[in-house]
Amino acid sequence: MASADAVISIRDLRKSFPTADGGRITVLHSVTFDVMRGETLVIMGGSGCGKSTLLNCLIGELPIDEGAILYRTNEMEEAVDVTGLREREFNNIRRRMGILFQSGALFNSMTLAENVALPLREHSYVEESIIDIVVTLKLQQVKMLAHRDKMPTQLSGGQKKRAGLARATALDPEILFYDEPSAGLDPVTSTAIDELIMDLSSKLQVTSVVVTHEMDSAFRIADRMVMLDKGRVLRIGPRSDFESIRDADPASLSTADDRLINQFLNGYSDGPLTDAEGMSEFEKLIIGTALSEDRTTA
Amino acid sequence: MSIQPAASESGEPAALRRAVEAIGATAGSAIDRTVQFVETVGGTVRLTGSALAWTVRGLFLPSVKLGRASLVEQMVRVGVRSIAIVMLVEAFIGSILALQLAPTLESYGQIQMIANVVAIAIVRELGPLITAIVLSGFAGASIAAEIGAMVESEEIKALRAHAINPIRFLIVPRFLATTMMIVGLAVIADVIGVLGGFLTSWLALGITPETYFESTRAALVIRDFITGLTKAGVFGGLIAMIACHAGMTVKGGAVGVGNATTSTVVKSIVAIIGMDAVFTAIFYAFGW
Ligand SMILES: Nc1ncnc2c1ncn2[C@@H]1O[C@H](COP(=O)(O)OP(=O)(O)O)[C@@H](O)[C@H]1O
Ligand SMILES: [Mg+2]
Repeated sequence: MASADAVISIRDLRKSFPTADGGRITVLHSVTFDVMRGETLVIMGGSGCGKSTLLNCLIGELPIDEGAILYRTNEMEEAVDVTGLREREFNNIRRRMGILFQSGALFNSMTLAENVALPLREHSYVEESIIDIVVTLKLQQVKMLAHRDKMPTQLSGGQKKRAGLARATALDPEILFYDEPSAGLDPVTSTAIDELIMDLSSKLQVTSVVVTHEMDSAFRIADRMVMLDKGRVLRIGPRSDFESIRDADPASLSTADDRLINQFLNGYSDGPLTDAEGMSEFEKLIIGTALSEDRTTA
Repeated sequence: MSIQPAASESGEPAALRRAVEAIGATAGSAIDRTVQFVETVGGTVRLTGSALAWTVRGLFLPSVKLGRASLVEQMVRVGVRSIAIVMLVEAFIGSILALQLAPTLESYGQIQMIANVVAIAIVRELGPLITAIVLSGFAGASIAAEIGAMVESEEIKALRAHAINPIRFLIVPRFLATTMMIVGLAVIADVIGVLGGFLTSWLALGITPETYFESTRAALVIRDFITGLTKAGVFGGLIAMIACHAGMTVKGGAVGVGNATTSTVVKSIVAIIGMDAVFTAIFYAFGW
């Protein structure tokens, strides 16, 4: 069962999608791990390994095939399995979550202030003057107060993420989810976002779940890390475990999984991730370019 | 009359196989399209059901917020943008009707009957119908594009993540706004259509204003307005829900949004005219 201090417990989660030819492709195979109260857990893995799918399952955006997802927020006596939970009941848990989407997902028809105010207006009966104070506070926290009356289309990618973060924290959530927070940002902006994530997690004492393929960022913010590969959990452990695998000589690592993690964390082009046995020349060519593209965007 | 069996036994099996395959493929794509059609209709009906349920909840449960500001915003958007076009088109329709009817009625020596026919045709039929067709281009297309873009930019997902029901928050205001505004627009369309018919009859056909308005007043009964405006309201609901469904089911980026927009206009026009036929049959059967 779920461990006592886990906020989220994922048990044997399996998720598949229908394919064009009428079959199904399994994207997550029996994924099991816990997210502990107050920690920052980073979920890593290459493009297409199922990180976004996992996140979407956790927030109830996608139904799962098998397994369980248990939540235990502060006011809950015991963990509740959210699979198959009615929308209205799940919404009670959703109110304790904040999510920063990859694009920021701001409402384009509203100003930043209105974006941040929306969850407050929808889920509380506080007066406008108080909403205004909270909005000011939240925008200040992400250093976006100067832009409060701008529309989202007037902002840069990094600014959108900051504003999205202000909105995600509007209701003082217990759990914050981040989908690729540094994707598409320059290194300086990306570092600033990482600092913001750490800052919020210490100030608000939230539990953070961060999905990323950006290694520098992952090692900066993580307390613990999960490595996914082809929809399976390869390893979960404290950051120091991953640091020692990263810094080891690949030849000295005993298991294939560790060598694969080593390759991923270091971004080597040779290794078990890219072993091309049985591939045609064409496939090697395609995969080779795809991998090197991956690394330049990361 | 040479019949085929010979070919199947000896003749040209390849040609026959190709023919069978072609028939099979046509049947297959027809089945696909039928499935798609049923899915779209089913999805739109289900979406309408939940929109109506949320409307009722919003009206009777104080804890459910419907967002008055957003409703007003949508009404302005639906109404104000289309009002000029509706008036222009309807004036032409009134004028066209008068001119088309004139020779026939004149040959019966009943030229003053133009007023009656124009009034009935506009108020019962062409006012609501033309307004709805204009609105499917204005409101329908823009609702589909807007909601589709929101799906693409993860805004709908973000709403759900904030425990805000997108049907209540986005669809109900658009549904109510379109339904209410189209009724108002249809009233304006009725007036302008009759005026168009009147101006043409007066200036081009020499019918006096007194005769024209006397005939119009005599021809119309309250029932004509009620049936016409009821239809308009239903057409508005159809447009909004077809547009919302197309927007919510957008797939494939900007191209998908574009497809949703055009398909909304086509689907709306077909649905509106189909619904009009149903209504007309019912009204006819009951003698309304
Ligand atoms: N809605 C969907 N339908 C079908 N396949 C999907 C869908 N969403 C994701 N996938 C597939 O699942 C795999 C994992 O995708 P994703 O979770 O987005 O990966 P990541 O976020 O790690 O890059 C990919 O192979 C992708 O093609
Ligand atoms: Mg992803």
